[in-house]
Amino acid sequence: MTARAIEAALSAQTLTEKLLARASGRDRVAPGEIAIVEPDVVLSHDNTAAIAEIFERLPHKRVRYPQRLAITLDHAVPPPSAKHAQNHARVRDFAREQGVQNFFEVGRGICHQVLCEEGVIGPGMTLLGADSHSTHYGWLGAFSAGIGRSEVAALWATGELWLRVPETMRITLAGKLKTGVTTKDLTISLIGQLSSDGATYMAVEFDGDGVRDLSPDSRAVLTNMMAEMGAKNACIAPDEVTWQWLRETLRRTRPHAHVERLAMFRERALYPDPGAAYAAQHRIDLSDIEPMISYPHAVDNVRPLSEVASTRVDVGFIGTCTNGRLEDIAAAADALRGRRLRARLIVIPASSMVLREAAEAGYLADMIEAGATIGTPGCGPCMGVHMGVLAPGEVCISSANRNFRGRMGEPNAEIYLANPAVVAASCAAGRLIHPADLADGC
Amino acid sequence: MTGAKHRVWKYGDNVNTDVIFPGKYTYTISLDPAELARHALEDLDPSFADCARAGDVIVAGRNWGNGSSREQAVSCLAAAGVHAVIAKSFARIYYRNAINNGLLVIACPQIIDHVESGDWISIDMEAAQIHLNGRAFPFSPLPEQVRRILEAGGIIAYLQQQSQV
Repeated sequence: MTARAIEAALSAQTLTEKLLARASGRDRVAPGEIAIVEPDVVLSHDNTAAIAEIFERLPHKRVRYPQRLAITLDHAVPPPSAKHAQNHARVRDFAREQGVQNFFEVGRGICHQVLCEEGVIGPGMTLLGADSHSTHYGWLGAFSAGIGRSEVAALWATGELWLRVPETMRITLAGKLKTGVTTKDLTISLIGQLSSDGATYMAVEFDGDGVRDLSPDSRAVLTNMMAEMGAKNACIAPDEVTWQWLRETLRRTRPHAHVERLAMFRERALYPDPGAAYAAQHRIDLSDIEPMISYPHAVDNVRPLSEVASTRVDVGFIGTCTNGRLEDIAAAADALRGRRLRARLIVIPASSMVLREAAEAGYLADMIEAGATIGTPGCGPCMGVHMGVLAPGEVCISSANRNFRGRMGEPNAEIYLANPAVVAASCAAGRLIHPADLADGC
Repeated sequence: MTGAKHRVWKYGDNVNTDVIFPGKYTYTISLDPAELARHALEDLDPSFADCARAGDVIVAGRNWGNGSSREQAVSCLAAAGVHAVIAKSFARIYYRNAINNGLLVIACPQIIDHVESGDWISIDMEAAQIHLNGRAFPFSPLPEQVRRILEAGGIIAYLQQQSQV
């Protein structure tokens, strides 16, 4: 090795390290050290009022950088009780008093979907959010991680926070997914292999030829679900698929400023160095992945769908930040077209943009015809607040990300996790089943 | 300092935030400590909220606190009087939330195999050891910057102190 090659190898950094170095105003950071980070975006949702209560205990009366805050109302929308409505009113007051521009009302959608659609965050940027699925934004080539409420209050006051620089796990994807298999199946399979703490404290970076063919909607599933493997953040370097999605989406959400925004993202985009050091490396051939199910009551309690068919299903849920996008609703509509449901099915698009596109494409009509019901964009019954909580003994199949005991409001209910087409087909059959196995006219 | 004795509540692996503090209460009950304490570990151990006493400690297996970022999963334990959570390992957001709310969290992989609910332990922060039945179990001390936040009683108390300096 030449001296130059050695120097290049020593200075090579993972994408996560580069993003954190930038966010802490340094040339480089090393795994294990504590970095003081200034995020570009600080996310909160219905929990904003509770965070404001904590913020009030600080001597700082004003948010230091209100332009960096992003607030969505999404966890209990429209408000199911007077208490929830009062909570929303407090959040609106706070946003107005502090001059928060990036405030998104009831019905706009789930924070993680909306902030991507609105271009609040993009490649090369950093987000810290009071929500555990804040790993989501890595699909755009950003660093993003979940934190707690007190930390958000501290961030509002000072604009900075301590983070331990994570070791990076590299997951290289090759080949193509088989028909009827999605990145949800890939993540369930991965979490089953490595367990729900398989990446605790770590960054997860996806790369390889297999990433290239993955759609934007299905990439977001990868980075979103890594929260269920304990990861601090998860990311994918931007490629032509990312840029095209940003171009098309920003043209709609920022019709008068999309060119400038895209140029800013292009300038800020970062990519991993060849030869960066990874703490763990895995290689997955996508064509090996089968349709998968997470059994109650843990995401890593995993079995192939082929081994669990015939389990009774009472109700299904298609939605959430994990699987509530257009591609998910399209797959579910394909599975249901021309059929009648034997189990109830609740469909909640992840955003108003998804709702509108799903309506325009006729997907919602297909599902309503089959007997499904459609809810306001938001988190829906995912965390057991409203819009489809379960009764004791009920069996639910869900496209969400968590199936913990009591998650959907009732400790004696059972939640299975699957990809959206499997959820839809299982509701048509009244039992766990793959769409390909549905009998005609079922 | 090894003076104080702490009574142990022992739990298993992967105890998640939904069973520590159910999500259905997150936007409806206030941050009043007494109310938070009433729901602590509700779906894991219904006897806990009634029987926990100030100074008790939880000793658990792998991945304590995985799941949601809800901070009530930390504050409900602090409100119930829990002095520390000792686990084989912690989910990262829970670990951060604990430090940033002044709840002592100790990653100590060995002790779980030697302790039962109802045992008494003491914690020596200076020597970074837990004492149980005459045996000492070591743990890694926190980085200095992080320890200052914990010792201040959490990140809010820390910022309050800083602004007075």
